[in-house]
Amino acid sequence: MSGRHILQALFARELRLVLRGGHLMPVIAFVFICVMLMPFGLGPELSLLQRLAPGLLWVIMLMAILLSLDRMFQADFEDGGLDQLMLLPVALEGAIMAKISAHFVGILMPVLATMPLAGLLLNIRPDTVMPMLAALLAGAPALVMLGAIGAALAVGVRRAGLLTVLIVTPLYVPVIVFGAGALARSLAAPGTLDVAAIAVLGLISAASIFLAPPAIAAALRAGLR
Amino acid sequence: MLERLENLSALYANPHRFMKLAARLHAPVWSVALVVLALGLFMVSGVPDDYQQGATVRIMFVHVPAAWMALFAYSFIFFASLVAVVLRHPLGYLAARAAAPVGAVFTLVALVTGALWGQPMWGTWWVWDARLTSVLVLLFIYLGYIALWEAIDDYGRAARATSILAFVGFVNVPIVKFSVDWWNTLHQPASVSRFARPALHADFLYPLLVMGVAFLFLFLAITLTRLQMEVLRQRLRVRQSEI
Repeated sequence: MSGRHILQALFARELRLVLRGGHLMPVIAFVFICVMLMPFGLGPELSLLQRLAPGLLWVIMLMAILLSLDRMFQADFEDGGLDQLMLLPVALEGAIMAKISAHFVGILMPVLATMPLAGLLLNIRPDTVMPMLAALLAGAPALVMLGAIGAALAVGVRRAGLLTVLIVTPLYVPVIVFGAGALARSLAAPGTLDVAAIAVLGLISAASIFLAPPAIAAALRAGLR
Repeated sequence: MLERLENLSALYANPHRFMKLAARLHAPVWSVALVVLALGLFMVSGVPDDYQQGATVRIMFVHVPAAWMALFAYSFIFFASLVAVVLRHPLGYLAARAAAPVGAVFTLVALVTGALWGQPMWGTWWVWDARLTSVLVLLFIYLGYIALWEAIDDYGRAARATSILAFVGFVNVPIVKFSVDWWNTLHQPASVSRFARPALHADFLYPLLVMGVAFLFLFLAITLTRLQMEVLRQRLRVRQSEI
């Protein structure tokens, strides 16, 4: 098998595992539980929720991604699958990208798709839905790549979830700054798209797609030795 | 060049030799730190009240050096990890580990003194301003780094994983700084870094610089003591595994 076939097979395997593993439902449930808690915490006033909705949805999405990632390498670590990945005749970075892409398609895309519905519950203004989705989509790859670094560093650690959150959240600051900034601009001028901020988000995502895999691979190698 | 660098690092790769050197350095470094600190505090006590801020301006002489050290300690961790990974120098990991809690405490001191200064000056303990926020993020980066060291039982694994985190964090700190600056700015810009003509009057500048040197030596002294402790702990670990 050539390297491309191996990666395709790996991607298909990971996607099947993600879809069959029942990982998706808890993440989506988490999103809606958070949405449900907001009116209890902030009061049910619709105009207030409307103003806060885009920022709240960013934070909720960020936490959902983080929580969905912490088992990403853990199961493979426990059953020895990780050693097999390293023995593949393809670069470990490639195998990691296949895993992350499967995670992105299998969990993140559905979560992104629920965001308009979550926004509806928070009385989001209809003309901010598309700018919000555009910003989330531009920033999501960075969130996944950085989160995967944290998951790889914490592989094999007891209570890895909390540790991953602590390690990764500071790294997320730039993404949420530009993501929420884009939304604030769209809120101020209805119907417009803050192209500059979304371009910066895309830049951060592109940079993390190139820079994160070597770090993830190094972290996994460190974890296995 | 590289060979010379390797020779230099090989010199203290032997922990026994390093411990001998550290034992000799220990008293001088601590003495310099305490003497300069005493001098700095004496100079600060002679500083005139600021015409706007009154006596509260004296908080600056703790606040600003602590903030400098918060950044310096993080760079120290980064370079120690770099030395450990590139030159395979065993002391690098231990030095990075020794410096982390010290840096975290300096960061905390900068935040707390900043809050104490902000209350009379800005009328609030905390504002979500760019500089404050990026220092808070730095504190969490420190805490994540320390937590990762504590979470992994195996020393070798923990050393490699934390060095990767140190590199990732070091790349990220300027990006965080840039993005948070872009986000919100209220804090005054740095007023000492303009070398040509500092915006700070000499009455304030010299005590501040002396306090900066004092904090630097304080950092080095505490880190040295902690590094000795880490080497001893490492020895203990080896003995225990032998039993």
